Amino acid sequence: MQGRRPGARGRFLRAMGEYLKPQEAIPGSLYRTIMLAGGLGALVVWGVLTYGGFVSSLFLPSPTDIVRTGIELYRDGSLIVHAKASTFVIFSGWAMAAALAVPLGILMGSFKVVEALIEPVVDFVRYLPVSALIPLLILYIGIGTAEKIAVIFIGTFFQLILLVADVSAHVSKDLLDAAYTLGASRAHVITRVLVPATLPGVMDNLRITMGWAWTYLVVAELVAADRGLGYLILDSMRGLFTDRIFVGLMVIGLLGFATDQFFKWLHRILLPWSPKV
Amino acid sequence: MAAPKLVLRDITMIYPARRGQAITAIDRLSLQVQEREIVSIVGPSGCGKSTLLRLVAGLIRPTSGEILLDGRRVEGPGADRGMVFQSYTLFPWLTVQGNVEFGLRIRGVGAEERREIARRYIELVGLVGFEHAYPKELSGGMMQRVAIARVLANDPEVLLMDEPFGALDAQTRSLMQELLLQVWEKTRKTILFVTHDIDEAIFLGDRVYVMTARPGRIKEEIPVSLPRPRTLEVTTAEPFMAIKRRVLSLIREEIGKQS
Repeated sequence: MQGRRPGARGRFLRAMGEYLKPQEAIPGSLYRTIMLAGGLGALVVWGVLTYGGFVSSLFLPSPTDIVRTGIELYRDGSLIVHAKASTFVIFSGWAMAAALAVPLGILMGSFKVVEALIEPVVDFVRYLPVSALIPLLILYIGIGTAEKIAVIFIGTFFQLILLVADVSAHVSKDLLDAAYTLGASRAHVITRVLVPATLPGVMDNLRITMGWAWTYLVVAELVAADRGLGYLILDSMRGLFTDRIFVGLMVIGLLGFATDQFFKWLHRILLPWSPKV
Repeated sequence: MAAPKLVLRDITMIYPARRGQAITAIDRLSLQVQEREIVSIVGPSGCGKSTLLRLVAGLIRPTSGEILLDGRRVEGPGADRGMVFQSYTLFPWLTVQGNVEFGLRIRGVGAEERREIARRYIELVGLVGFEHAYPKELSGGMMQRVAIARVLANDPEVLLMDEPFGALDAQTRSLMQELLLQVWEKTRKTILFVTHDIDEAIFLGDRVYVMTARPGRIKEEIPVSLPRPRTLEVTTAEPFMAIKRRVLSLIREEIGKQS
């Protein structure tokens, strides 16, 4: 044993020297192994804490508890109802934000007149916490689904408009000038060059703001909800059903992850020419 | 001599002051380009060469003076003055063919004719087989070839080239220079070529205009009476060297003034 130790230590140090260079790529197989180890490690820590009885299930239910509760909620149909309600709220709010923010953002990034007109307002509003606007939203549009959709809308619209404006402001001027010297009119330059040039960036930012929309869900379902994953979490808190809270969290995470992957797939299919694909 | 194709008369370009004083980029500059001629413009960096091309393209307007193409005053950008830029300006969402067809499409040329014209110019720049490739799949040299084909497909009166090979490596650059001369032999387009590379200016040009440091003026016009068609071998022969020494000393004078 004494003879082997320096060798093992030497190998370890060499591996450290090899793989811990800043920004240096590592072999794909090693990357996947470490990734798996990270996931399993978290699971093991979780298992030890819960099955080992170190933490009360009131604070942290065990993996099997959560799976069992998840299956239960799925079987009685409530999980699907909650997931559907939340997905509807998120997609509606986000889609409305996107439909308005993308064209406005492109105009704002391309035309100084539009920028001067709306940037101060947008910059002001986007720093207002969405939760602080809920009382006003209730006053204006009540406590129904519309109010929840409005929360998602406000949470994404003002961010998205600035992100899209930035994308369109960074379209190469030479690209537009090249189109002019090929005989394009201003209208042509806008519709056939400026807009398509923004698509990869717009697509990326739609994906990112969709992710943010999921994080606003609980805020949206804070008031007068009777369904939704956010509601499930808040309602479970009253009876201290920690396992249900975790089921809600898991489903939000999984749905968010799935939409993210869907958008990446969509980007590849719709914009095969994009340098980001 | 026939009336010149392109005339720049007393062009002055002053950029308005942002802070402090206004910048005079070009000062009472005049030059002429004959039909089917290749004219090179060289000068120290910041002398206003690129500004000059953008003026001819109609992308910006001179403070005073006039630019005439076939006797008609240039008022704005148009397909009769196609420009190739130093930066890569292919439309990434269009294939090679789509890029070459861009100008034709805007003019409403029919699909059949568009394809035929595109095919011809893609062949001319040696990119047969890459018609359906997207720009992200091409090398820098290939992208600039497409950019040349795209402009030529529009059948412009003048080709404006703003250091089109400036971003390429040395070997690709000389290949592209030879390619451009071959293309010129076949199309006989009038070309106004801006560069800071003295060898390139002489190798391509029928005449070389040397510009002064800012504010840009024409310092001297140097005829290049090397026989055509030219190959890269001429660049090592004595007549070329003599012209190069002359241009180099003129540019040195200007750089000396700047510093």
